Amino acid sequence: MTSALIVNLVGLLLVAAISWWFWLQPRRHRAEAVNAAEKLRVLVRDGVYEPDRIRLPAGEPATLYFRREDPTPCAEWVLFPDLEVSAQLAVHRDTAVDIPAAEPGEYPFTCQMQMYRGTLVVE
Amino acid sequence: MAEESNRPAHRFRLEGASCAGCVRKIESALNDVPGVDEARVNLGDRTLTVRGDADPQACVAAVQGAGYGAEEVRTSEREQREQQRAEEQQHYHQLLWHSALALGLGVPLMAWGLITGEMGVNSVPQQLAWGGVGLVTLAVLVFCGGHFYTGAWRAFRHHNANMDTLIALGTGTAWLFSMLVVAVPQLLPEAARHVYFEASAMIIGLINLGQALEVRARGRTSAAVEKLLQLQDPTARVVRDGGEEDIPLEQVQVGDRLRVRPGEKIPVDGRVLEGGSLVDESMLTGEPVPVRKSEGDSLTAGTLNKNGSLLFEAEKVGADTRLAQIIEMVKNAQSSRVPIAKLADTISAIFVPTVMIIAVLAALAWFNWGPDPRAAHMLVVLTAVLIIACPCALGLATPMSVMVGVGKGAEYGVLVRNGKALQQASDLTALVVDKTGTLTEGAPKLTDIETAGDADQLLALLAGLEQGSEHPLAEAVVTAAREKNLALPPLEDFEAITAHGVRGTVGGKKVLLGNGKLMQREHIDAASLRERAEQLAELGRTAMFAAVDGTAAGIIAVADPIRDDAKDAVARLLELGLRVEMLTGDSSATAEAVAQQLGIERVHADLLPQDKEKIVGDLQQSGERVGMAGDGINDAPALARADVGFAIGAGTDVAIETADVTLMRSSLHGVADAIELSRATLRNIKQNLFGAFVYNTLGIPIAAGVLYPLTGALLNPIIAGGAMALSSVTVVSNANRLRFFKPSEVQQ
Repeated sequence: MTSALIVNLVGLLLVAAISWWFWLQPRRHRAEAVNAAEKLRVLVRDGVYEPDRIRLPAGEPATLYFRREDPTPCAEWVLFPDLEVSAQLAVHRDTAVDIPAAEPGEYPFTCQMQMYRGTLVVE
Repeated sequence: MAEESNRPAHRFRLEGASCAGCVRKIESALNDVPGVDEARVNLGDRTLTVRGDADPQACVAAVQGAGYGAEEVRTSEREQREQQRAEEQQHYHQLLWHSALALGLGVPLMAWGLITGEMGVNSVPQQLAWGGVGLVTLAVLVFCGGHFYTGAWRAFRHHNANMDTLIALGTGTAWLFSMLVVAVPQLLPEAARHVYFEASAMIIGLINLGQALEVRARGRTSAAVEKLLQLQDPTARVVRDGGEEDIPLEQVQVGDRLRVRPGEKIPVDGRVLEGGSLVDESMLTGEPVPVRKSEGDSLTAGTLNKNGSLLFEAEKVGADTRLAQIIEMVKNAQSSRVPIAKLADTISAIFVPTVMIIAVLAALAWFNWGPDPRAAHMLVVLTAVLIIACPCALGLATPMSVMVGVGKGAEYGVLVRNGKALQQASDLTALVVDKTGTLTEGAPKLTDIETAGDADQLLALLAGLEQGSEHPLAEAVVTAAREKNLALPPLEDFEAITAHGVRGTVGGKKVLLGNGKLMQREHIDAASLRERAEQLAELGRTAMFAAVDGTAAGIIAVADPIRDDAKDAVARLLELGLRVEMLTGDSSATAEAVAQQLGIERVHADLLPQDKEKIVGDLQQSGERVGMAGDGINDAPALARADVGFAIGAGTDVAIETADVTLMRSSLHGVADAIELSRATLRNIKQNLFGAFVYNTLGIPIAAGVLYPLTGALLNPIIAGGAMALSSVTVVSNANRLRFFKPSEVQQ
C-alpha cells in the first residue's frame, strides 16, 4: 500500500516538475548582449543555440554569426519569423545572419522544426 | 593534405601589392595576427590566403596597417554547397553505419526473445548473461545514439525539450529498468522480471535509419536552388593587358572586361563592348527564342551565349547579379513561414513536455488500474508513448512543402516572395489585370491605312509629321514607315493640338492627323470616313483621320496587339474559378473590344494610374481576395494593395523587390502557373499537417494502451520507434511529390 502511494506520489511530482521546469520556471539565465559593432557567435549544437537568449539594442541593425556544429538536417536553417529573416547554416563554419533594426520586444528564433529555440531580446 | 583542407581558410583580394617586397611585408604583418597559422600571398592573381582561426577583420586590419588594401573573397556559394553536400553525404553514411550497428545488436536479441521467449531474469547465470548484454547495449547506445543523450541534456539545462529528449528518455528508461531487473530481480514480482535491451538498441537503430532516409529525401528538396547555382560557371575569362586569362568567378570585379565564347555561359551581369551573338535567356525569362545581343546591349549572368564571341564589361558581380538576387529570393522564400502553420507551431512549442506528462500519467494509470505485471506494463507504456510521439513530423509538415513548392516555382519562372504570398495566392477569388504590357504587347502597331490614293505616299507624309510628336501612337506610325523603307519628307511648323491631334508642313504639304474633333475644328469634310472609323474602333483599334492640304486624305488605325498567349491564359484563369477583370487607361470602346476578344467580362477603362489601386480596394471591400497582375512599374501601388501582386515583365529589379510574386516570363500564363502551384503546395501542406496530427493523436493513445481491452496486448516500443522513424520520412517524401508538379498549360 505504501509502495503504491510512493509510486503515485513520485509520478505526480514528476508531472509537476516537468511543468515547472519547462513552462513555469522563468528563464532567468543570462542573455548575451551584443552591440551593433560586435561579433556575436551563436553555437548550434546538440539541439540548442548557445547562447539562446541574445540582447540587442533597439533600432540598430546587427549581425549574428551562427556556427553550426550539428550536421543533422534539423539544424540547417535558422528562422526569425517575426523579422522575416532566415538563413541556411553551413556546417563547421560561421554563417552571418543580418538582423534588421527592430522595435523593442522579444523575437523568437528557431530551426525549421522548432526544436532549436532561442529568443532575441531587443531593448 | 586532408588536414590542411580541414583548417579554415580565408582568401583576400589585395590592393596595391605589386612586388616581392610587398609580399614579405604583408605576410609578416599577418603572422603577428593571433590565430594565423599560415599566410600566403599570390602575386599572380593578387590574392592572400590565410589559414587558421584568425578573425578575417583582424587580417584586413593587419594588411591595411602594412599599407595595402584587402577585401575578403567569400567562397562561392557553389563551393559552399559542394562542401555541404560532402558533409551531408558523410553524415548520411555515418547514420547508416550507426543504424546498422544498433540493429545488428537489436535484431538478434529480438529474434532470441521471439524464438525462445526467454527474456526473463530468474537465476544467477541469467543475471550474469543479461548483465553482459546490458553492458554491450550501453556501449552501442552511447556509440550510436550518444548525440541524443548529450542533446537531451543540453536542452534540459536550457529549460528546453526536443526530440532528443523523447528518444533519450524512452531508450534510457528501457535500459535502466532492464538493468534494475538484472541487478536486483527480487525487487520486482516474477512476471515483471523482463529485460528490454533489444528495445533500446532497436529504437536507436531505427531512428538513425529514419534520419538517414530523411537526409536523403531532404537533399532533393533543395534541387531547385542547386539548378540555379549551376547556371554559373566557376570561372570567367578576363581580358587584361592584352591577354586573356581564366580567373575564379568571385574575383571578377566591376569594370573588368570579359570574353565569352560561343557555347559558354555569361558569368556576370554586364554590357556588350564588342561583337554580336544570340543569347539564350530562357533559363531566366522562360523566353524560348534566343535574343540578339550587340554592342551596348545588356547581358545577364547565367544566360547562354550561342554562336558569337562577345567582349563585355562587368557591371554587377557577386551578390549583385540578377541571378544571385533570384537565388537569394528563392532561398529566403523557401525558409519563410506560412500562416497556415501557426497552429502547428503553437503545438510544437509545448509538444514535448506535454508528451512527457502524458507518458507519466499513462504509466500511473497502468500502475493503479492495470493488470499484472504492472511494473512491466508501466515501463512499456512509458517507453512507447515517449518514442511514438513525433514532433518532427509536425514541425516538418509545412517547411518541406514550401521548400519544394517555392523551388518548383523558380523552375517555371515564378518567384514567390514568401510563404504568406504562397498561401494567399492559393485562395484568390478575383484577378485584376492591367491591359498594357500584360494582355497586349504594350507597343502599339499600325494596323490599317485606308486612302483613295497611294497608301505608301500617305504613310510617308504622316510619318514625316509624327516625327515631331512624342505620343506613343506616333511611334507606331514612324516605325511602320521605317519598316517599309519609306523616305520621310522634312517637317516644318509642327504643332500638337491637345486632345485633337497634330499638324505641320511636311514636304511642302499641310498635313493634319487626329481625331474627328480635329477635322471639325479645321472644317474638313470627313463624313465619308466616319463609318469606317467606327468599325475600326469596334475592333479595338484607335482610328485617326488624315487630311492633306485641306481635304480628307484617308484614315489610319493603330492598335496595341493582343499577346499571342493572352487568350489561353485568361481561359486557364477562368477555369481556376477566378473572376478576371481588366484595367486600362484606354477608352472604353477599345478596351471593350480587347476584353471581348479575350473572353474577359468586366472592364474598367479610362483609368488614371491612381484609380487602379482604388478598384483593387473596392473589390477587397466587397469581400473578394484580389490578385493584381501588372508590369510592376506603373501599377506599383495597386500591386502593393492587392492581396497578391503579380509583377509580370521579365523580373525588373523594382518588381523583384516589391511584388509578392514575380514572373520572369512576360506572360499571363505565369499567373495561372503561380496560382496552380500555390494551390498544389497548400494542398500538400494540408496533407502533411493532417497526417502529422492524425499520426500523433492516434499514435499516443495507442501507445498508452487504449487498445489493450480489444487486443490484449500493449504496443511494442520497437514498433513505436519504427512508426516514429517512418512518420518524418513520410512527410518529407510527400513534400517531394510536389517536384512532379506541372502547370496545366504544359500538360496539354
